Amino acid sequence: MKATSRNVNGVDIIKLDGKITIGAGDQQLREVIGSACNEGKNKILLDMSGVTTIDSSGIGELVGSYTTVTNRGGKLKLLHLPAKLNELLHVTQLITVFEVYENEQEAVSSF
Amino acid sequence: MQGDGERIEITISSRFENIELVQVIAEHLCENAGVDEDGSHWIGMAVREAVANAIKHGNKLDISKKVNATFDLRGSELEITISDEGAGFDPTKVSDPLDKQNLMKTSGRGIFYMKTFMDAVHYSFNPGGGTSLVMTKNLAKGSGIASTKA
Repeated sequence: MKATSRNVNGVDIIKLDGKITIGAGDQQLREVIGSACNEGKNKILLDMSGVTTIDSSGIGELVGSYTTVTNRGGKLKLLHLPAKLNELLHVTQLITVFEVYENEQEAVSSF
Repeated sequence: MQGDGERIEITISSRFENIELVQVIAEHLCENAGVDEDGSHWIGMAVREAVANAIKHGNKLDISKKVNATFDLRGSELEITISDEGAGFDPTKVSDPLDKQNLMKTSGRGIFYMKTFMDAVHYSFNPGGGTSLVMTKNLAKGSGIASTKA
């Protein structure tokens, strides 16, 4: 998995590309979010458009990332969910937890 | 749907990087049997979760221990068996990830995925050690996830 970050109006948009699966992308996601928190970033928008595969470990890391950021007083939201990830979030009922946006400007303004 | 039987078997060592090998076999087998891309993907995802559990929870990441995957396709009925060399577990103690108290847990969704994507999931525990997970899917019924969506 590759992660690239940019800042738009105080919101850190982290674009994730590739797989978030057990033993690989899941650990990387934890590190990316951990580093962002340690740098004091508390408005995080994860752009998921480049995520090709996510398994239950990856979903677990998304939940863990949400908890990590929230516990530090920040907010983590999702942008551009691929169709299959959207289905997984519905099936697991996690769609009720995450704020999800299809439009970047709208997402940035929501923080 | 093809009517001929098909049997594929693969044995891997307990490394996470081997999971995709088994997942790809599942997806190709389903696509060859006429299942659409989405349906094949979800079955492949169930296989991924089963193999990951066998490696992590069954064989405890011991690379000297093997995971065996068998795919039996008879008509439209697909039976997938994933076996490990671990000590087994109590399936009744697996928590429901949809319970409010479990919703924010970072683990515990693998078996739920398998049950969501497949028609049936059963475990058997061998007296000499090792767990076998058997999942079945009627490929003529299409993708399992669609029927579970709200």
